[in-house]
Amino acid sequence: MQLESMYQEIILDHYKNPHARGLREPFDGESFQVNPTCGDEVTLRVKVADDGTVEDVSYEGQGCSISQASTSVMTDLVIGHSIGEAMTTMDAFTELMQGRGQVEPDEDVLDDGIAFAGVAKYPARVKCALLGWMAFKDALARTSIGAEAV
Amino acid sequence: MTTTDSLPVDVTALRADFAILSRTVRDGKPLVYLDSGATSQRPAQVLDAERRFVETANSAVHRGAHQLSEEATDAYEGARATIASFVGVSPGEVVFTKNATEGVNLVAYAMSNAATAGPESERFAVGPGDEIVVTEMEHHANLVPWQQLCQRTGATLKWFSVTADGRLDLSELDSLITERTKVVAFAHQSNVLGTVNPVEPLVRRAHEVGALVVLDACQSVPHGVYGQGAVDFGALGVDFAVFSGHKMLGPSGIGVLYGRRELLEAMPPFLTGGSMIELVRMEGSTFAPPPQRFEAGVPMTSQAVGLAAAVDYLNGVGMDRVSAHEHTLAERALAGLSEIPGVRIIGPADTADRGATVAFVVDGVHPHDVSQVLDSLGIAVRVGHHCAWPLHRACEVPATVRASFYLYNEPSEVDSLVAGVREAQRFFGVGE
Repeated sequence: MQLESMYQEIILDHYKNPHARGLREPFDGESFQVNPTCGDEVTLRVKVADDGTVEDVSYEGQGCSISQASTSVMTDLVIGHSIGEAMTTMDAFTELMQGRGQVEPDEDVLDDGIAFAGVAKYPARVKCALLGWMAFKDALARTSIGAEAV
Repeated sequence: MTTTDSLPVDVTALRADFAILSRTVRDGKPLVYLDSGATSQRPAQVLDAERRFVETANSAVHRGAHQLSEEATDAYEGARATIASFVGVSPGEVVFTKNATEGVNLVAYAMSNAATAGPESERFAVGPGDEIVVTEMEHHANLVPWQQLCQRTGATLKWFSVTADGRLDLSELDSLITERTKVVAFAHQSNVLGTVNPVEPLVRRAHEVGALVVLDACQSVPHGVYGQGAVDFGALGVDFAVFSGHKMLGPSGIGVLYGRRELLEAMPPFLTGGSMIELVRMEGSTFAPPPQRFEAGVPMTSQAVGLAAAVDYLNGVGMDRVSAHEHTLAERALAGLSEIPGVRIIGPADTADRGATVAFVVDGVHPHDVSQVLDSLGIAVRVGHHCAWPLHRACEVPATVRASFYLYNEPSEVDSLVAGVREAQRFFGVGE
């Protein structure tokens, strides 16, 4: 097995220098997610503007390179976008991760997220890659605007 | 330098019995299987015994008057006798369960049922004011059922903590186990730390106050104890004990609950239905004597036969030799891993009172990532909290990498592990 196919440079970069990390105020919704098989966890907050734009996503947590990098990439993909766009991106990322390596990722939608295509071949690591996204979706559902959208 | 020849077990010869050990993984890498603490591999002898049973005697045991049923019943009860003798108890004290988890639940639920089961079960009843004592190093299987029992009955859960070097802190033995204690449940050997816990002082104190001792022997029965050989429940003096077939070269889907005869005789059933009854009327039923009282439904038969074959296999090697061999592997693993800067052993750093399960963390590389690198080299380890989450919290680590060895592992596989950990450090740019 080529380790590099899973651990793309982009992933290692995000792992070592995560984007948008730290918990910030104010926020409209917060979620705590845990992967019960390995104990990885993330606390994530979202702030949504009145027009439905994801204004900020902030988070704290501990976990493997895949879960940390994936959460970092996610913040790049959703901050500044409408809830609708963020959901579309999330669906594309989820489809990629659950595709067992058979799904061709769309770089226009997923940007750095395409680096996780190799992770999709390892079922045990898919949960890691989705942990932050699950927290984002759940936090969004806890906001008054997001509750209707997700 | 230890060579294979000087080991108390002829590993090379023995590995030929385990077909899976000669396969390759991840693009042709020879498999290095260091996850026997989760589940062990099965030798041809176990598979052959199961197959022979299915091809010659398969039928439902303890029912039917035909020849197959007689032979199946003999095989099933013969297996019970073999397994009982292996752990130093009588066949009537061995209850077959689906796994060890079911064994612990059986006792915990029997104790809740005791509240309404009549005067002979009274000693098992727990309620408000009663206490159940466990330890912080328990596998969830020997923790959650007791938490739930407390929740159902109003009893209180208490626990021993773990010292910094991965041992049970028994300094509060007399204040934790008191006249209020009904059950003391603990692991013989930790499935994470490898620590072999001192059974004697815990049993002595528990019995002093009239509490029952439940021993989780999942990680000790398969391996024996260094210097003592096979685990002997009779000699240990515990009241109940559980272990799983699949962790000792046997099939999955079978576990054992040992209970002292007079306790099983007085304990109400957990699961009810066919096989476990004495007399059934529409108005109510009475129950068979143990062990049948605790084996409702058609039991697992080829699995019991397979587990007995596993016991024969282990006896053929000798549990004193198995434990001595594993001791050598543990020594080598602890020495090799300790030499790597940035690697920290979670558990006793020396081999005194410890088995061949070695958990560790690598500074700067998450356990998942360590195991991914090891996997790419063909090395199978366990990663995560290993069903012992509170223990990991107590050790202040979110997760660990765990290598667990068995009689079929070679010293060279320990060396592969150590080299693999160095490779993980290199890949993630930490360490030297």
